Amino acid sequence: MKKKCIIIPAYNEGGNIANVIQEIKKVTDVDLFIIDDGSKDHTKKMAKQAGAYVISHPFNMGYGVALQTGYKFALRNNYDILLQIDGDGQHIPDMIPEFFKKIESGECDVLIGSRFLGKGGYNPRLLKKIGIFLFKVIIRLINNARITDPTSGYQCMTKEVFRIFTDDSFPCDYPDTNIIVRLHRMGFIVKELPVTMRENPEGRSMHKGTLTLMYYFFTMFLSIFISLISSKNYYKKKALDI
Amino acid sequence: MTLLQKLFGILTVLTIFWIIIQLVKKGKLREEYSWLWLLTGLILIIVVLWYDLLLIISKLIGAVYPTTTLFIFGIVFLILLSLHFAIKISHLTYEVKNLAQKISFLEAENEQGDPGDKPVS
Repeated sequence: MKKKCIIIPAYNEGGNIANVIQEIKKVTDVDLFIIDDGSKDHTKKMAKQAGAYVISHPFNMGYGVALQTGYKFALRNNYDILLQIDGDGQHIPDMIPEFFKKIESGECDVLIGSRFLGKGGYNPRLLKKIGIFLFKVIIRLINNARITDPTSGYQCMTKEVFRIFTDDSFPCDYPDTNIIVRLHRMGFIVKELPVTMRENPEGRSMHKGTLTLMYYFFTMFLSIFISLISSKNYYKKKALDI
Repeated sequence: MTLLQKLFGILTVLTIFWIIIQLVKKGKLREEYSWLWLLTGLILIIVVLWYDLLLIISKLIGAVYPTTTLFIFGIVFLILLSLHFAIKISHLTYEVKNLAQKISFLEAENEQGDPGDKPVS
């Protein structure tokens, strides 16, 4: 039996985190870790009250760093399979057992929850839709792979994958399409699973504002370019030193 | 270059040297960074004492006036210095991140024990 865990990065999610934890607990009983990214509200307290194990950053470092803290903690505690889900309640956890089942069967190394393969759910804004389409095309061109939801943070992966993410080369700003391109190049099998997603209850987004969006696109293209000029085994070799 | 200009140049460089040494002595500037500024001062002294070198370099890079050469090298130096500090800041950012993550683990384990021992449901 493989050791499994769920990591949930959360920043100022005091209003949602307890519900997210309760929803997850209804579908699975695997170890659950909340990565509180230096929240200014009562996220930590609410998560603890809901019975979760909380890892708290001393200050806010961003979504990517919170994810990496989860990867490092899972590696430190010898977990074999890791699932990541957002702390804002966007991701509906009913498919979690299916994620674990598919990864455990060895069908793939990374499984991404796609809102576009599922039935219904919410419709992203036009700008996000354009971005998703652009990154879909990039993945298709570079990796010859069909990924319908490259910006989804609802993912499940094997230890071999999250071990690589514990290295400083992990793009902590925005781990999205760049990661998928990199994993494909490294020979990992990346697949998708249909999931249902809700809109953020408070309408928050990581990519709000023109400057933030421009910076997002810039870092994404730079990161993809760096991945392309790096040798296929570069990140694997680095991860072996961890 | 007139004697007065030479004296002014040397005096300026010696003042810079003295400030750098004092900063290192008081622990406000690490030795690691002081060498760069001392080297800059040394190059300036050489240029002041051996003005012909500046003329030769100007001829080599095709500059009409020696002052242009000084400005070009000054700007290049400042660009490289900025790059050096950007590298340092990036390195420190990684270190702060890794340190903060380690503190988070230790604090969590100290408060809540080993994650394997804690029943989730």
